[in-house]
Formats: sequence, C-alpha cells, structure tokens
Amino acid sequence: MSIGLLGKKLGMTRVYDDKGRSTPATVIAAGGNRILQTKNVEKDGYAAVQIGYDDQKPQRVSKAQTGHFGKTSSTPKRFIREFRLAEGEVAPEAADVAVTVFEAGQFVDVIGQSKGKGFQGVMKKHNFGGQPMSHGSTMHRRNGAIGNRSTPGRVWKNMGMPGHMGDERVTLQNLRILQVRSEEGVLIVSGAVPGAKGSYVIVRPSKKKKAKK
Amino acid sequence: MSIIEKIESEQLKKEVAAFKVGDTVKVHTRVIEGDKERIQIYSGIVIGRKGTGLNANFTVRRVSYGEGVERVFPLHSPRIAKIEVEREGSVRRSKLNYLRSRKGKSATTVKEKSDRA
Repeated sequence: MSIGLLGKKLGMTRVYDDKGRSTPATVIAAGGNRILQTKNVEKDGYAAVQIGYDDQKPQRVSKAQTGHFGKTSSTPKRFIREFRLAEGEVAPEAADVAVTVFEAGQFVDVIGQSKGKGFQGVMKKHNFGGQPMSHGSTMHRRNGAIGNRSTPGRVWKNMGMPGHMGDERVTLQNLRILQVRSEEGVLIVSGAVPGAKGSYVIVRPSKKKKAKK
Repeated sequence: MSIIEKIESEQLKKEVAAFKVGDTVKVHTRVIEGDKERIQIYSGIVIGRKGTGLNANFTVRRVSYGEGVERVFPLHSPRIAKIEVEREGSVRRSKLNYLRSRKGKSATTVKEKSDRA
C-alpha cells in the first residue's frame, strides 16, 4: 500500500462539474504533512512511513517526543500515523508530503472518528422497528425479545442492545477525489466523511477501487 | 476568507439576473442530448426563493396542459444559461404556495407591479 495523507475535516459544500452536475463534497485540509520516520524491514521488522500533521506548541510535547521530532528537524506535530509500504516500495525522499500525492479522479478511503451520539436505544442504534405507539401498547421503543427458549438457552452473540453509539473509528471506502488544490493544501472528496468539523482524518489510496485509466 | 468560502465563491455566477418572488420568468436551461447541447426554456411564476450563496435555489411554477408543474433550479448551476424576467409581479408574501390550491386564471396570474411605489 502506498503512502496517504493526514488531514482535518473542514466542512462540506457542493461542487459543480463540467457537465453542470452538483456533487456534495467534503473539504479536507491536508497541507503540511511531514515524514517523521522511515521504518524498514531490517531494523523495525516492517516497512512503513511515519507522518505527522498539524503543529503542536513545543511546551506541550514531552522531552522524548521533542527528541523524536528533532531527528528530522520537524516542528512538533499533534497527529501522527504510519502508512505501511508495500514490498519493494520506496519511501519518498523529501520530508514534506504534498497533497499532490493524490490526483483528481482517484479513489481514496477516508478514516475518521465518528460523531458521538451518547447512550442510544435500539431504534436509533440498530434500526429496530419498535412496537406500536398506540392501540393499548405500553411498550414503545424497547428492543423486544432477545432470544429463543431452552435451545439455545442463551442470547446470540451480536444481539442488538441499547448502549453507546458513535465516537468510533469509521472507514469510508472508495470516495472519489474531485479536486486537489495544492496552493491551499486542500483535498475535495465527494460525499460525506466521518467526524465533526475540525476532526482529524486519514486519507489513503483506495484498497479496492482503482481509478479508470 | 475561509477555504470553503473561497471554493464556493469561485463557483458563484458573476452576474445573476435580478428577480423576485411573484415575477414571471423564462429560465433558459442547457440540455445535453447525446453530444449536442441545446437550450430549453421553462417559463412560469417564481413561487419561492431559498438558500444563500452557492446553495441558493428558486422554484418556478407553471400550469402545463391543466397540470401544475413546479421545478426547483439551483441559482448558480452552470446548466442555467439565462434567466429572463418577463413580467414583474407584486406580492406580499415570500412563498406563493397558495397558488397550488387555486384553479383557472387565478392560479396562473399574480398582480402586476405598478410603478406607484
């Protein structure tokens, strides 16, 4: 797998293409990505590139981390992730990774932390139907039966129950890149992306879908 | 200016025809058939305007062969070539949804704007 980018979700807008079609789009700021470390098979057991994004104040960083950033004479970064390199793939020489690693029309996967919804019932969390609101029913939004009888005598795994919803790692696959704006360091991706405005996202080349040649 | 505002302002049309709710307009839309592009005209009364900036749109109502038709156009869509105001109307509300329940002539006409302000 080749190298991707770290970024910040800025918000959504719409983009008209050359045929006049409007596409809902998410704007991701991904300028200022920097390689902090290159890992190789001999030394680390696997090949990867460690990338940092978004500056952090130096006084907020521990001495150990300061030393790590100092090795590549980088400013302290807030958001650090690794991208595994495929066998035979060489890490880029330049320390800075520009948004131009992607091009318009390419497909990407976007990973983010979804918005937290708190403790939610089964109707919202698992799309259960619920029970009648009226006609004498006193059980409205509950989950209903959760199992059978003495066979199997237990509740099946993965039974939908109320509980915490959202605030989890979500990957959206095969989103098309509409525009790459290098001077602003911005990617425009079609459709929605997990997370709130200002939350960090990982953009990597799509694992499944490749751009039409 | 934030980046999103910049992206949106680049897509805004430089000149947008000035029209109001109640006006009778001709909307020139670009229609692509195969490889050819031609202009199709849709005319009717503007019964509402909605949204701001790039997301602004407007609804045009007409009665076509006895059947009411409403089309919503994004104001800044490149598919809209031109908006012509045929007749200015004088109305006192922002949405003319009452025209939907009208029949006959009263469904297709609003008071014309008089020069007396």
